[in-house]
Amino acid sequence: MSAVPTRLRRSHKDRMLVTPEGIALPVAVASRGARLGALLLDLLIIVVLIVGSTVALFSIAGGMVSMQDAIRSNSAIGHALQFLLIVWIVIMFLFRNAYFLFFELGPRGATPGKRLMGIRIAARDGGRLSAEMVIARNLLRDIELFLPIVFLLSVGADSGWAWLAATGWFLIFMLFPLFNRDGLRAGDVIAGSWVLERPRQKLEAAMSLERERTDESGAARKTYQFAEEELAVYGEFELQALERVLRENREQSIETVYQTIAGKIGRTDGWNDEKAFLEAYYTQLRARLESGMRMGRRKADKFSG
Amino acid sequence: MNAAVATPSAIESAALRSDRFRLEREADWKRLETIVTRMEKGRLRGISDEDLLALPGLYRTVASSLSIARETSLDAATLGYLEALVQRAWFVVYGPRSSLWEWLRGFLGGGWSAAVRAIGFDILIAFAVMVAGAVVGWLLVSHDPEWYFALVGKDMAGTRVPGASAKVLHDTLFAPQQKDGLSIFAAQLFSNNAQVSILAFALGFAFGVPSLLLLVHNLAVLGAMAWVYHQVGLTVDFAGWIAVHGTTELFAILLAGAAGLHIGRSIAFPGNRPILQATAEAGRRAALVMTGVVLMLVVAALLEGFARQLVNETLGRFAIGGFMLLLWSAYFFAFRGNAGPRKARRRARA
Repeated sequence: MSAVPTRLRRSHKDRMLVTPEGIALPVAVASRGARLGALLLDLLIIVVLIVGSTVALFSIAGGMVSMQDAIRSNSAIGHALQFLLIVWIVIMFLFRNAYFLFFELGPRGATPGKRLMGIRIAARDGGRLSAEMVIARNLLRDIELFLPIVFLLSVGADSGWAWLAATGWFLIFMLFPLFNRDGLRAGDVIAGSWVLERPRQKLEAAMSLERERTDESGAARKTYQFAEEELAVYGEFELQALERVLRENREQSIETVYQTIAGKIGRTDGWNDEKAFLEAYYTQLRARLESGMRMGRRKADKFSG
Repeated sequence: MNAAVATPSAIESAALRSDRFRLEREADWKRLETIVTRMEKGRLRGISDEDLLALPGLYRTVASSLSIARETSLDAATLGYLEALVQRAWFVVYGPRSSLWEWLRGFLGGGWSAAVRAIGFDILIAFAVMVAGAVVGWLLVSHDPEWYFALVGKDMAGTRVPGASAKVLHDTLFAPQQKDGLSIFAAQLFSNNAQVSILAFALGFAFGVPSLLLLVHNLAVLGAMAWVYHQVGLTVDFAGWIAVHGTTELFAILLAGAAGLHIGRSIAFPGNRPILQATAEAGRRAALVMTGVVLMLVVAALLEGFARQLVNETLGRFAIGGFMLLLWSAYFFAFRGNAGPRKARRRARA
């Protein structure tokens, strides 16, 4: 795109993504805090699910007393217990490997934890997020997260070196997102995916229309007309600052902005009617700048010609 | 929200051309937003077929609105809204396919075998490494039987130790084991093997070296055990005992190691592409292979848990193992199927 709109606050999280249609979209990379929060939420959900299903299966099995003997015995109850044990092993495997897969393959592209944190995964190249990507990024989770945790739990603190190695391993992968600017973890690198913030923005009424509608409601209003040279002092940046002030609609800042603008163009007729004055100025400044745009002349801010 | 703005009079009375532009198109934007919001909330059933069909078209309309607005409008609120809306619609339109089954069908109907063929070179390397591992295990133990315990470990070895009598070893292969608990045994085997092969794949991230080491180690164990049985003249029986599930399981481990190696190779030698892109392409291909590996391990565990214990003679074991090997080879290297999941994907979108 020729012009990245100046109104975009350029924070360190903003990136440009080009869709297959060739449209550059500003996107925000999810913060590492949000991702950590999402991960913890998901792990919490998994633990609850594991504990819940284990308890449920045990209660079906009727308690674990003398289960060992019952399994070996060749009776009907033994077969039933065997079946439950198989179900349990399969469920554990699925919780560990399929939980993330299942949710991220859905149309929302996010696990419940991610959804709560307002983030989701997407393809880094702007194309389709494919099933292969989701699978690849989640298989890597195994060595990033589960393997060292299981290892730490099984080794315990008694073997110093093994403990150190596992902790080192765990930290390398956990800290991986801190050392690249897009916050990619190892799985994202392999899959070609990244985690973005989900945008939420309502369509607000256009400022230039709102004024007219309040006019219709009957209040007699003074109209302001500004001359060409009075409008020529400001550019797009100031226009957007003015729009923000008008939308926020705070008495004090409107007053201040009015002082500045009226002082600059040398007019005093908007006294005690600052809002209407500024709205009229906004509409006319926008009309002027937009007609300039159509002619290929853009004025970025008050300093540019 | 300005509800009644789309009336012709409102459009005409708008002072600015960019506002007229906005009022004329706002209905489309709102419609897209409604559909996208529904899909984000996961209420797919609430969306009519008509809306679903219109979604890609609406997405393109709104995207082009955004392009025009960027060049003609200075209304920051409209631009911000459009950008957010296009991004949300992009998530939905270019999101994962909604049907896992559709994907699975494409995967089994050609996508998987195509991915396996695509990493053929890595499979060759991994195969060579596995053979070398088995030979090393054999040679080490034949040179000094003490190596056996270093490789296999005391717990796992049990009665299968160097110098054990032929009778004892024969029993480990053919002893009529109790048939209860076989199914549990199979499920555990699967869970364990799947975890190992996922590990072999994931370790490819470190340039593939750990993947290969893992292959060498696993096959060295096998080689060492083969030597022990060879000492008492049970080589063929041991081979049959392994072959039942081994042709499937070792094939799966081979593929997992090759997938890991594929990723490692593309990290180390990305060629002309940027390293992140090369890694991502390799990662996606390898992920397809890995999904298949997990399926293969399910089959292997069933064979190991049931077939091996129930078929108690060497010839029958060879027949099963050989058949499985033939089946997998034919599926991977002879079966072309359809073009893979891409075709199914297009059908799903249409």
